[in-house]
Amino acid sequence: MTATVGRPVGAAARASDVWKVYGSGEAQVVALRGVSAEFERGRFTAIMGPSGSGKSTLMHCLAGLDTVTRGTVMIGDTKVTGLGDAGLTRLRRDQVGFIFQQFNLLPTLSAKENILLPLAIAGRKPDPAWYDTVIDTVGLRDRLDHRPNQLSGGQQQRVACARALVSRPQVIFADEPTGNLDSRSGAEVLGFLRNSVRQHGQTIVMVTHDPTAAAYADRVVFLADGQIVSELIEPTADTVLDTMKKLDTLPAPTEAGI
Amino acid sequence: MLRATLKSLLARKVRLILSGLAVVLGVMFVSGAFVLTDTLGRSFDAIFADAYEGVDVQVAAKPKLAVGETEGEQVAPPFPAAVLDRVRTVPGVAEATGSVNATGARLIGSNGKAVTSFGPPQLGSNWTGGSDLIEIRQGRAPQADNEIMVNAALATAGKVTVGDQVGVLLTLASKQEFTLVGIFGYSGGRDSIGGANEIYFTTPVAQRLMLGAPDTYNSIVLTSADGVAPERLRDDVAAALGDGYVVKTGEQLSADAAAGLKEGLSFFNRILLGFAGVALLVGTFLILNTFSIIVAQRTRELALMRAIGASGRQVIGSVLVEAVAIGLLASVLGLAAGIGVGALLAYVFGQFAGGLTLAGLGVPPVAVFSSFGVGLVITVVAALLPALRAARIPPIAAMQDVATPDRPLTRVTLSGAVVTAAGAGLLALGLSGNAGDNTLVTILTGVLLAFIGVALLTPLISRPVVNLLGGLFSWSVPGKLGRLNSGRNPRRTAITAAALMVGIALVTGVTVILDSTKASIAGKAEQIIDAELVVAGEQTGPQPPTFEPTVVDRAAALPGVAAVAGLYNDMATVEGERRFVNAATDLAAVGRIWGAKATAGTVATLRPDQVALSEPAAKELNKTVGDRITAQFARGEPHTYTVAAIVPEDRLPGAIMLPKESAADFTQPKPYLALVQLTPGTPVAQVQPQLEELVKDSPEVSVTDRAGFIAQQTGQFDTLLRMIQILLALAIVIAVLGIINTLALSVLERTRELGLLRAIGLRRAQTMRMITVEAVVISVFGALLGVTVGSGLGAAVVEALKDEGITELVLPWSQMGLFVGLAALIGVVAAVLPAIRAARINVLGAIAHD
Repeated sequence: MTATVGRPVGAAARASDVWKVYGSGEAQVVALRGVSAEFERGRFTAIMGPSGSGKSTLMHCLAGLDTVTRGTVMIGDTKVTGLGDAGLTRLRRDQVGFIFQQFNLLPTLSAKENILLPLAIAGRKPDPAWYDTVIDTVGLRDRLDHRPNQLSGGQQQRVACARALVSRPQVIFADEPTGNLDSRSGAEVLGFLRNSVRQHGQTIVMVTHDPTAAAYADRVVFLADGQIVSELIEPTADTVLDTMKKLDTLPAPTEAGI
Repeated sequence: MLRATLKSLLARKVRLILSGLAVVLGVMFVSGAFVLTDTLGRSFDAIFADAYEGVDVQVAAKPKLAVGETEGEQVAPPFPAAVLDRVRTVPGVAEATGSVNATGARLIGSNGKAVTSFGPPQLGSNWTGGSDLIEIRQGRAPQADNEIMVNAALATAGKVTVGDQVGVLLTLASKQEFTLVGIFGYSGGRDSIGGANEIYFTTPVAQRLMLGAPDTYNSIVLTSADGVAPERLRDDVAAALGDGYVVKTGEQLSADAAAGLKEGLSFFNRILLGFAGVALLVGTFLILNTFSIIVAQRTRELALMRAIGASGRQVIGSVLVEAVAIGLLASVLGLAAGIGVGALLAYVFGQFAGGLTLAGLGVPPVAVFSSFGVGLVITVVAALLPALRAARIPPIAAMQDVATPDRPLTRVTLSGAVVTAAGAGLLALGLSGNAGDNTLVTILTGVLLAFIGVALLTPLISRPVVNLLGGLFSWSVPGKLGRLNSGRNPRRTAITAAALMVGIALVTGVTVILDSTKASIAGKAEQIIDAELVVAGEQTGPQPPTFEPTVVDRAAALPGVAAVAGLYNDMATVEGERRFVNAATDLAAVGRIWGAKATAGTVATLRPDQVALSEPAAKELNKTVGDRITAQFARGEPHTYTVAAIVPEDRLPGAIMLPKESAADFTQPKPYLALVQLTPGTPVAQVQPQLEELVKDSPEVSVTDRAGFIAQQTGQFDTLLRMIQILLALAIVIAVLGIINTLALSVLERTRELGLLRAIGLRRAQTMRMITVEAVVISVFGALLGVTVGSGLGAAVVEALKDEGITELVLPWSQMGLFVGLAALIGVVAAVLPAIRAARINVLGAIAHD
């Protein structure tokens, strides 16, 4: 596998005028207010925002884990909005990869089996060359037969990354992937995610509240109060922090910490 | 602490219901058994109180033979009518009625078949003008000798109406034809008393047919004059009549009659309680498992309590309070359900027993006490182990993930081995017959310990077996995941499977024993009895159906018949001991058919004063050829016989073979069995129709070939087996609840994992398949264990019974295969609800939140 993958054109995921409303009447909460955004192929995008800004909701809607109240969501050429459970399941299986904050590995399966699980569920054979590349990139070759409880947190998250990558989805959604890791393991995982974008053209959308993590992305989208309020291209931790500070002056709920 | 526990309990209602259900079912069985037997007992009391209502004092002749309730009807011997005149002269007697009242009058219904009561007596009585008890519903009482009146239940069962010509089969006489002139009921609108049937004849006819002698009665019913207490009259009459008579008050009679039946009822009660015990044992496994899982899931919560200062004792208390709450609630519900079930069964029983009028539903205190005792104790005992484990949870666990480390299985396996060995030891002791009076207790304790021991060993066995079983499903990803899930917690899988094991092991064990018995009997009969045709009927009451003695002689005269042996049987007092005796029409014919060769004396037609003994009987009685033995039968005076032959045990149809003349004094002086040996080359089909023609006046018996006869004789085992299977099905139902419970709790526990699987593309159907495979692996594992343990137990019992003639060990392979197949089905059924629950998990909710 050569590393010279040109950046494909077009959007891997797109939200058009997406509204998400919970509850009704007095108890109504509007989580997303007409969000429109494109996530280009082969780019690493971070979604940031204070707690309650709707960043997780946006990601869940994009990934087909949650339904939108209004508007449309597309993954590649597939219209996510309106798909039934079977359609959503197929979409998640074939076109989307996930990385969670809680590593969410199956304790009964070895690292290798966990990595190959999405392909096994889909009944597909892994591309051996790509599989080797992924394993080598995440550096887990000598840990493949270990169970999750025999791995460190960082190693577990790298298994989760490999699992998301190995089926070459249209887009990988990562939800606070470094939230449970110490800074060194976090940096390893983030570097690895960035490499998979740079070298292999993978599309990644990551939700985070950590400016350092966001700095690994090509682009940062800032949400506040259910709307996209700002955007940074080629961010650094400092520029992200500055933008966050500006957002904090807006009348939004303060970050309560995790 | 208490409030926190109760709140946590209420927050998990599903869990509460599932774990409580097992206790409810067990308690239901216990209280149901007590309610049923109590209701039936009081109903019988009422029946007999009614039946003897108009009787102040009754006189009967002393029976020749004391017969227990379970061994047959006591024959009240006839006495001369002159006794009635003597009784009438006793001061204080207001009225004295000579009465004939004996069992053995069977009406032939409009379909040509004899109406059977399935147990209760079929009385033939003399009409003496009636009493407050009798209400003539249609027609009138019998006046001429060819007239009878029957009770309404009998008329309905036989589909006969007033004016019909009907046949009546009799014990002491041949079939007779009568005109049905009346149909009667009993006071209170009842069609029958306790399922008994009754036919009224005129007095002379009743004396001749029911007592076998004219001008005799078998009881005198007395009413006392005003101001004379029945007890006083009883004593006066007894004094006047002297030794040979039994005089009792109506109250005594009704108490005696009820006591006999209640003995049977208490036996029935113990059997039901035994099955309740099995159900509760299985329920204990289920509750133990539920609490273990609950404690595992609450590790964080309990550790948090420890961290904020709760003592270990308080944690134990918290778990036990939950157990007590579940136990109490389940006991209340179980008691209520038991009352319902008891009432329903009593009703069904009443319907079956020909319209038994049930006494009002009552809840005896023992039902209440045992329900609460059993429900509470079982739940608390089952919760104790998990509670102790909970107390050891280190507070630090609150801060960590709930990854309970795999505890090593060494200790549980060791204790399992010890308990299994103890169980096997006790079982061996009990079966070897060296445990004396405690044999049954020893065997039952052995079986119980064996079950617990195997359950403790199960976690160790479960790993390889579950892997092997699961291998069958590993071709699909959901199958593989399901297999891995069933193997991930060996203890949980083991207990769940062990609960199923108990029920299936018991069913398998009983099947092995009964099938082996059946095969041994059939094998022996086939090997020994050299007869092509058999005349016999299906026994539905205390006595087998009979046919006319002339049939035997006429059958012997048929062309193509080589030998016919007609057999009679009864209980008798032989040398002062109660023994089962047989009489044969011709011992020479018996010898030909059984291949009897005497070890002493000769097998030939017995003279009226000769007897043949089997070897063991001769040994027990300490008699040899030429010695004399005395026997007293149901009727007549004692007889003395000379021993003419001693024959090996299995070469005679009975231990004591009497000449046919003795049978005249038997309870039923008619043969119940005839074996017909054909001359070589005579086709069965040629003789069978002729034989059938001979017994056409005895619709209770039929002519079958030998295979049919053996099947008929061993058919009772199938009925027994089916009943035991139905009762044990409850234990299996509880085990199924256990599988559902374990799966449901596991699904809850793995919510996040299921969410993840769904997130990365596992379809709903695949999720359900995963849960189903887990359930099927667990239940098939349980069934395999059960079939193995059950075969072992059954084989052990059969081995122990070798000396009793059970020489063949039959392992019911097809049945065992069926059980394993059924278990797979059970797994699928048990998985339905948990699987639906798993498939419906909100993916986002499961993974996004902790």
